[in-house]
Amino acid sequence: MLLEVKDLRVSYGAIEAVKGISFSVAQDEIVTLVGANGAGKTSILRALSGLADVRGGSILYADRELRGVKPHEIVKRGISHVPEGRLAFLNLSVHENLLLGAYIRNDTKGVEDDLAKVYELFPRLKERARQIAGTLSGGEQQMLVVGRALMSECKLLLLDEPSMGLAPILVAEVFATIERVRRMGTPVLLVEQNANMALSIADRGYVLETGRVTLSGKASDLAQMDEVRAAYLGE
Amino acid sequence: MEHFLQLLIFGVQLGVIYALIAMGYTMVYGIIRLINFAHGDLVMIGAFTAYFAARVPGVGFVPALLAAMLLPAVLSVLIERLAYRPLRGRPRLSVLITAIGVSIFLENLPRVIPFIGPNYRSFPKLIEFREFPLYGSAIVNSIQITNVIASALLLSVMVGIVRFTKSGRAMRAVSFNKDAAALMGIDVDRTISITFFIGAALAGAGGVLYSLTYPMIDILMGVWLGTKAFVAAVLGGIGSLPGAVLGGLLMGIVEVFATALYSELGYGAGFIVLILVLLFRPEGLMGKPTIEKV
Repeated sequence: MLLEVKDLRVSYGAIEAVKGISFSVAQDEIVTLVGANGAGKTSILRALSGLADVRGGSILYADRELRGVKPHEIVKRGISHVPEGRLAFLNLSVHENLLLGAYIRNDTKGVEDDLAKVYELFPRLKERARQIAGTLSGGEQQMLVVGRALMSECKLLLLDEPSMGLAPILVAEVFATIERVRRMGTPVLLVEQNANMALSIADRGYVLETGRVTLSGKASDLAQMDEVRAAYLGE
Repeated sequence: MEHFLQLLIFGVQLGVIYALIAMGYTMVYGIIRLINFAHGDLVMIGAFTAYFAARVPGVGFVPALLAAMLLPAVLSVLIERLAYRPLRGRPRLSVLITAIGVSIFLENLPRVIPFIGPNYRSFPKLIEFREFPLYGSAIVNSIQITNVIASALLLSVMVGIVRFTKSGRAMRAVSFNKDAAALMGIDVDRTISITFFIGAALAGAGGVLYSLTYPMIDILMGVWLGTKAFVAAVLGGIGSLPGAVLGGLLMGIVEVFATALYSELGYGAGFIVLILVLLFRPEGLMGKPTIEKV
């Protein structure tokens, strides 16, 4: 397993948001964590990136413990996290945002090649390369953030609600990009409220409820289960 | 006209110093949203560093200036590390009060250091004083030229770092959102240290240039100077680098013209301008309007 999380506990002040969760991500896999608002999905990703206060459990990544490692060191180990709410650097140009995605890299040539690839993938970004990211539309910002993550040469991509607030056509485009990322050999841990879409592209899934895993298994099986359909797929 | 030009020269001479110091306020505010009250005192430490450095035989303007930039810069990094960083993520008021405490500490520590003490000292003549006729009766002197050239150089280097280097990009990213910046692999703590370092170096330089102009230094010189540079930063729009330059120049020019008009008015004039500007543009001349999150 590339990522092996055991009995993870995360707190915000006095509130325990994640109450002992175990899951794993293997090489070349898309794994999704689905669940309603407040289920603890975002807290899990923040814990993996070193941003949240981990109270218990272990996070093994490539057989090394991530607990207590600083966020920027975790990025250097190869985990790229696209946070919720997009968080493009709205005060920087599109071009500068993409370069920040490659902040930890020193191979100028490789960065230039990847920049060209991202511009090829998202021609809209190329048109707007010199524009300040704050002037982009929501969909364009999402492309920028995904493009930025692709610049990092990461070995594991964490995506938090990439479909949030996007028009359906853009949601399809974002999910197509996620599948493309996996085909390029990068596993993805995807957190989504849009369980339908998430389960349709994922290999395996975990269903979360108030900080605990209630169901897990193959994504296609989960999508068929009555309780999942009732709770998250609006049926 | 000649009189006007002469006053303008005086105003710019003072204004570039305010701009240098204002830059530090605005950079630190930009990156951690803190009004660093101890910033003015770094100006004083810069002036004293140059004062002592110049006693070493053979040390001229440039080495003294560099020493006066380096010491406050290192000190400022230490202050951030020891006093502000432990309070990261705590209410902003706690950090603000700490900054006031650091300022009081820095103003009073030299008082008890035997070779510094509370007395005024006359600052060495690091630049040979010469005057050059400019237009009619208006003249410009070597110190004014030094001030303008040194400030322009330092400010351009600084703006260059922020705009065009990787560290500068990291600074702007951290200023926008610390967590998002950390997720890019940026060492947020280190970036904040660099910001304090650069800001304090400029403050130290400001102290030296001010002391060349008014060659009397004492341990409280940073109080007023810091306050006025802070006003300049707010006037220009705190968080905005061009705003700090504009605010500094405006502050210096207004102060000189007001003093020429009526000498009692000098100190107050900058504040009057500040109030007028904030009435119509609360974000300052070049600041961006922000919505305060509650």
